[in-house]
Amino acid sequence: MERSGKIMVLAETAKGDRPASISLELMGLGRELADGLGTSLSVVILGSGVGDAARELARYGPDEVLSLDHPSLGAYNPDLYKEAILGLLKSSPPRALLAGHTSLGQDLLPRLAFSLDCGLVTDCVGVKVEGGEILFIRPVFGGNALAVQKATTDTAMATVRARVGEVPAPSATPCEVRPVEVETPAPRLEIKGREIIEDRECPLEEAPVVVSGGRGMGGEEGFSQLRELASLLGGAVGASRPPVDSGWAPTTCQVGITGKVVAPDLYIAVAISGSTQHLSGMSEAGKIVAINKDPDAYIFKVSDYGVVGDWKQVLPSFTAALRETARD
Amino acid sequence: MSVNIIVCAKQVPDPEGPPSSFEVNEAERRVIPRGIPPVINPFDENALEAAIRIKESSGAFITLLSLGRSLSRAVILKAVASGADASMLVEGDAFDPSGLDASATASLLAAAIEKIGPCDLILCGRQAADTNAGLVGLGLAAILGLPAVTLAQKVEVVDGRVRVERVLPDGLEVVEAPLPALVTVSGEVGDLRYPSLQAIKAAKALPQTVLGPEDLGVDPSGLRRVETVALKAPSRERNCKLVEADTPEEAGRKLALTLRQDKVI
Ligand SMILES: Cc1cc2nc3c(=O)[nH]c(=O)nc-3n(C[C@H](O)[C@H](O)[C@H](O)COP(=O)(O)OP(=O)(O)OC[C@H]3O[C@@H](n4cnc5c(N)ncnc54)[C@H](O)[C@@H]3O)c2cc1C
Ligand SMILES: Nc1ncnc2c1ncn2[C@@H]1O[C@H](COP(=O)(O)O)[C@@H](O)[C@H]1O
Repeated sequence: MERSGKIMVLAETAKGDRPASISLELMGLGRELADGLGTSLSVVILGSGVGDAARELARYGPDEVLSLDHPSLGAYNPDLYKEAILGLLKSSPPRALLAGHTSLGQDLLPRLAFSLDCGLVTDCVGVKVEGGEILFIRPVFGGNALAVQKATTDTAMATVRARVGEVPAPSATPCEVRPVEVETPAPRLEIKGREIIEDRECPLEEAPVVVSGGRGMGGEEGFSQLRELASLLGGAVGASRPPVDSGWAPTTCQVGITGKVVAPDLYIAVAISGSTQHLSGMSEAGKIVAINKDPDAYIFKVSDYGVVGDWKQVLPSFTAALRETARD
Repeated sequence: MSVNIIVCAKQVPDPEGPPSSFEVNEAERRVIPRGIPPVINPFDENALEAAIRIKESSGAFITLLSLGRSLSRAVILKAVASGADASMLVEGDAFDPSGLDASATASLLAAAIEKIGPCDLILCGRQAADTNAGLVGLGLAAILGLPAVTLAQKVEVVDGRVRVERVLPDGLEVVEAPLPALVTVSGEVGDLRYPSLQAIKAAKALPQTVLGPEDLGVDPSGLRRVETVALKAPSRERNCKLVEADTPEEAGRKLALTLRQDKVI
C-alpha cells in the first residue's frame, strides 16, 4: 500500500518557554524518518505565548513549524488541546505523528489516535524505517520482551522515550513559523488546581547523573546520604518503588516502568536488586554502577561497575574519595 | 448518591515473576508465562480499591469486568470478595490478549459494558502489565463518548461529578468531570485490601455473568490498528567490573578512583 503524508512532531515547552529536550530529540528522529520515506518534517507546538519556543524549534531542521498559540492553551487541558490540533490532523493527515512519552504525550496521543481511528504505539525505545514501513520498538511484559510493531492505518502515531532521538545541530537559517487558527470549544474537563511538589531545578529526567536508592536503604536517613552524593555530582536522586511506597522518598523520585524513565550518563544504583520493572526505567543509561551486599543480585549483571558490600560502609568512603579527588 | 461503577480488570501473568518465567517465543510472537500464576493487573487492583472507597463514602454498586481467553475463577473471586457486587466475564479463544490490540480490546469491552447497562463511572488501570500500553481506558472513553481523566491517585464522586487528583511528573492536579465518566487509576491510590475468608465465601453467591464471543456480537479480527511484527528477548546484560578490596570502606574509595580513572566522573 502506498502511503503519503509528512512526518509530524508534536513539541512541548519546558521551563522558561524553551522547547523541551525531548522535543529537540524528536526533531532528529523525525528528520531520519522523513528522509527515509522521502517526505517532509513538520513540527507542531501548542500553548500560550510559545513564539520563542516556535522560533527556536525552527532552527532544528524541520521544513515548517506550525504554531497553535492561544490563551486557552496555557495549561494542559486534554479537551482543549485535542480539539486545537484535531482540525490540522484531519485536513492533512500525516504519515506519522510523534510525541514524547511524557505526561502530555501519554494523555493526549491516545485521545487523538482514538478520535481519528489511527494505530498508536506508546513508550517506544526505537523507531526506524524498513522497507518503506515505520517500525516501532517497545518493551512489553515489564521489559521482559521487546516488541516490534507497526500501525495498519495510513497515519501512525507514537510516543517516544527520552534519548531515543539525537538533537540535531541547530542551523543559522530557521524555517518558516506558520500560525494556525485555534478553535476553542467548552471543555468537559475542568482543571481545579495544581500543586507542585518537586523542585524542578534539576528534573530527574534531564539530570546527567542519577543516584538511586532501593529497599535496602532501610529508611529516610540513607536517602540524605544519597542526596549528598547526588549534589556533589550535579545530579538528582531517584528511587525504586519500595522507598516511595514507604515514604522515604517522594513519589516524584520513582524510576521504572511506572515511574520516570531516565537515561543519564551515569546511574548509581544503591541497594537495588534490579527488577525488570526498575530496569525498564534506567537500562539505557550510559554507565551503570551498583552497590549491593548480595553478590548474586541481578543488578550486577546489567551494570558496568559494582561493589559487593553494605552501602553503610561503602557509600561514605566513596563519597569522601570523590570529594577529595574533585579538589585536585 | 449511589453510583454504578464498572472496574475493568485484566488477568495478566504475575509481573513480579522473575525474568526466567517470561519465555519469549519469537516464532509465535508471544510471551509464554512459565510457572507463574495469573493475577489481576496491579493497577486494576488499585482501580478496584478506588471504587470500594467511593462505595464506602457515598455508596456504589461495583461490577468487575474482565475479558480474556480463559479466566481464573479463583483470581476473580478473590477480587470480587474485596468489595465488588457483581462480575462479568467475557471469555473465548478469540479474546487471547496476544491477538488483540488496544482498539480491538476497547471495542470488545465497550460492547460488554453496553450489556451491563447504564453506569456512571468506569475505572481502568493506568496500564496493563503485559502490554504496558496505557491505551484501553482512553479507547473505551472515545467509543462510549465519555469524558476521561488519566492517572488518578484519588477518585471521589461529589454531586454528580467525579473529582480526581491526578499524578503529574512534578506534583498533582485536581480535575473534575461530569458523570458518566471514565478514570484511569495509578498505583498511588494504594493497595487493594485483602478480603476475609468469610467475604470470599459470601462472594460465591454474588451475581456473575459469563459471555462468549457469540454473545458479544463483535468480531475483533478487523478491529486491530497495530500489529506486532516481531518479538525478541531483550539484551540488557553488561560486563560488570567488580571493584574488590580488603574492607568495604576501601572498596568504596577504590570505586571512586576507578570511575575517575575511566573518566566516568
Ligand atoms: C506493575 C508493577 C510496576 C512496578 N513499577 C516499578 C517501578 O516503576 N519502579 C520500581 O523500582 N519498581 C517497580 N515495581 C516493583 C518491582 O517489581 C520491585 O519490587 C522493586 O523494583 C524492588 O525494589 P528494590 O530493588 O529496591 O527492592 P528489593 O528487590 O527488595 O532489593 C533490595 C536490595 O537491596 C540489597 N540490600 C539490602 N540491604 C543492603 C545494604 N545494607 N547494603 C547494600 N545492599 C543492600 C539487597 O541485597 C537487595 O538486592 C513494580 C511492580 C509491579 C508489579
Ligand atoms: N482484557 C481486559 N479485560 C479487562 N480490562 C482490560 C483488559 N485489557 C485492558 N483492560 C483495562 O485497560 C487498562 C489499560 O490497558 P492497556 O491499554 O493494555 O495498558 C487496564 O489496566 C485495564 O483496566
